[in-house]
Amino acid sequence: MSGFDFLTTRLETALGWGRKFSLFHYPFITACCGMEYMSAACAHFDIDRFGAGLTRFSPRQADLLLVVGTVTHKLAPVLRTVYDQMLEPKWVIAFGACAVSGGIYRNYAVVQGIDRIVPVDVYIPGCPPRPETVLDGLMKLQDKIQNQKQDWRWARKP
Amino acid sequence: MGPLTRIQREARPESMLLNMGPSHPAMHGTIRIMLELDAEKILNAEVEVGYLHRGFEKTCENKTFFNLLIYTDRLNYVSPLINNLGYAMTMEKMLGVTVPERAQLIRVLMSEISRVSDHLTCLAAMTMECGAFTVFLYMMKAREFLWDVIEFTAGARMTTSYIRIGGVRADLHPDWRASVSTAIRETRRVLQDVSGLIDQNSIFLGRTRGVGAISKEDALSFGWTGPCLRSTGIPYDVRKAHPYLVYDRLSFEVPVGEFGDNYDRYSVRMREMEQSLRLIEQVAVLLPDAPPLPAGPAVEPAEAVRGSRRQRTPGRIRLSPNLEGSEKERLDGLAARSPSVGVPAKEDTYTSMEGLISHFLFFMGGKGIRPPKGDVYFSVEGGNGELGFYIVSDGTDRPYRLHLRAPCFHVVAALEQLIKGRLIADVIPTFGSMNMIGGELDR
Amino acid sequence: MGPETLIDAIRTKLGPAVEGVADSCGDPVLILRSDSVRASMAALREAPFDYAVLLDLTCVDFAAPEGRLELVYHLFSLSRNVRLRLKASLPAADPAVETLVGLWKNAEWLEREVFDMFGVRFEGHPYLRRILTYEGFEGHPLRKTYPWRLAQPRIPLKDGE
Repeated sequence: MSGFDFLTTRLETALGWGRKFSLFHYPFITACCGMEYMSAACAHFDIDRFGAGLTRFSPRQADLLLVVGTVTHKLAPVLRTVYDQMLEPKWVIAFGACAVSGGIYRNYAVVQGIDRIVPVDVYIPGCPPRPETVLDGLMKLQDKIQNQKQDWRWARKP
Repeated sequence: MGPLTRIQREARPESMLLNMGPSHPAMHGTIRIMLELDAEKILNAEVEVGYLHRGFEKTCENKTFFNLLIYTDRLNYVSPLINNLGYAMTMEKMLGVTVPERAQLIRVLMSEISRVSDHLTCLAAMTMECGAFTVFLYMMKAREFLWDVIEFTAGARMTTSYIRIGGVRADLHPDWRASVSTAIRETRRVLQDVSGLIDQNSIFLGRTRGVGAISKEDALSFGWTGPCLRSTGIPYDVRKAHPYLVYDRLSFEVPVGEFGDNYDRYSVRMREMEQSLRLIEQVAVLLPDAPPLPAGPAVEPAEAVRGSRRQRTPGRIRLSPNLEGSEKERLDGLAARSPSVGVPAKEDTYTSMEGLISHFLFFMGGKGIRPPKGDVYFSVEGGNGELGFYIVSDGTDRPYRLHLRAPCFHVVAALEQLIKGRLIADVIPTFGSMNMIGGELDR
Repeated sequence: MGPETLIDAIRTKLGPAVEGVADSCGDPVLILRSDSVRASMAALREAPFDYAVLLDLTCVDFAAPEGRLELVYHLFSLSRNVRLRLKASLPAADPAVETLVGLWKNAEWLEREVFDMFGVRFEGHPYLRRILTYEGFEGHPLRKTYPWRLAQPRIPLKDGE
């Protein structure tokens, strides 16, 4: 930055920029996709390059909920609780075909997509998605966060 | 709220009830342990499973024998190829099909690669939960090299559906020898590093030596098989006890432990990986290169069809890249060539009327693979132990009933007993060393 | 003991508890009377048969064609390295059988699974409760009468079935 004494930006852009590169994610791992999540998180694919390397196993500290794998009806209340415990602003990624739509499991036990339970921002298809797809989905979410209109109600005086 | 669970009913009023899971980093997302605690000491425990019950068995009853193969990939998703193998071999036993030698060797190669990746994942998760994050990163690195071999050949990293009823889907990738030797070299290096980091590590020893120990009698009574049973000193391995494929011609040892504690389960898995690498090397020597394709230019399928209308026999047909390795010339060595068992060669389907008819007869509802009436049980040595399929057929193209004998169901059943009387911290390595895989446990 | 003599020895030992013998793809199958399952298993667990491992327990629903459920036990003898399959038929209307808890430790979970999936009552089981599905689930999913896709959500779901 040498030669530059000041920098102008919009507050919204700066906030978005800050948020998109410091995603603390809560991996809600249930099934097969967890294996690809592990690959994506480790040295070969290194999700940390995108600022999402820090996993938080407490929903209170996380702002990105990664739903990795099949969510069954037995597990549905748990997912709902975890989502409700997260603080705003929060985003959700449905990771893998089962989380997106139930995938190949269209039967009595499986919820047909987690968007029946929680709102979803980015869907990553694949059974399981390759780590490259995961990184692509993460970048899509970062774009979304960057362009998100901020909710300024909290800043108004009562 | 439903009725009280046993642990809630029986808990002493002065003790504390604590819930671990299902969303807990060390519970792998799909298991819940309810603990009755006196400070840190576990007085009583109850394990609740079923959070990943995906209706596998019910779904299979509604799928044809050919189509349900993809569901077997997702049972033990750390070693999917062994699940494919178990299902395919059960069906072959029922149908009385013999698999060509080359396909058998490829199957051994693939299932040993899967076994190594299974053990790597188990130990990576277990050690990470004990605080050894470096080991986790190293082992995941080795797994990537092993998965490269699978991906080169099968086209997918995990859920490959590569081993089919009657053989395998395609031949190995032309460069498989190089990728296998890279994978073996890298895995050996990682195993050596991990041994150096962990074997004598006093933190790790403190959390595993003497923790979660089980006696031989109890292990048998719980129906344990696989590495967990072998850690108690019983050398039962399906590959040795009931040899299948070409395992009786290969030389490998069955490592056993002594005390059946967490450390033994860790060390049995470490030594088993070395044996599996040995097996891979032996198979690589035994396995000849793929037969060469006939010389001359390949014709596009459409052109071949036009030619066949003019009664002209085409030469070689260019298949789409995702069918690479399953050319007609190669398929003979890879799969039992019976119209009621295997998919007909694509070249025939493209160019001849008979080929097209047999293709449709294979995939049409009510046709295809139809085993005789009866039931069959067959098991292979999976990553966690004896992986058995029990299939009942009523003579149609769908199973009347398909049941999986999941090895880790029996192992996890013993968890309550192993953690009673211990500290909370002991739950983590004990559970980690069991290698609970949700897809297999809950089906 | 060869397979033939083994089956003969078991028949002699168990007497009228064995209703028949069958062969499936080369594996011996014993058909037991459902009221003598526990006693037969206890005998098979001891020497000379020494079936120390209860490998598996499952059930098959033949309710529609034959009005019965079939329990399928797999035993394994480590010392003799042989497996044995045993079957027992139960009436589909009110299936009940004695529990094996006390003989093998994994029987508790295996029987809970069969109870959950098929509704077989195991008499004397200390804790017969659903294991794979949840409290409040109605019906038994692996019975042929249970529709494949009939879900029973625990929490309200958005715009779905």
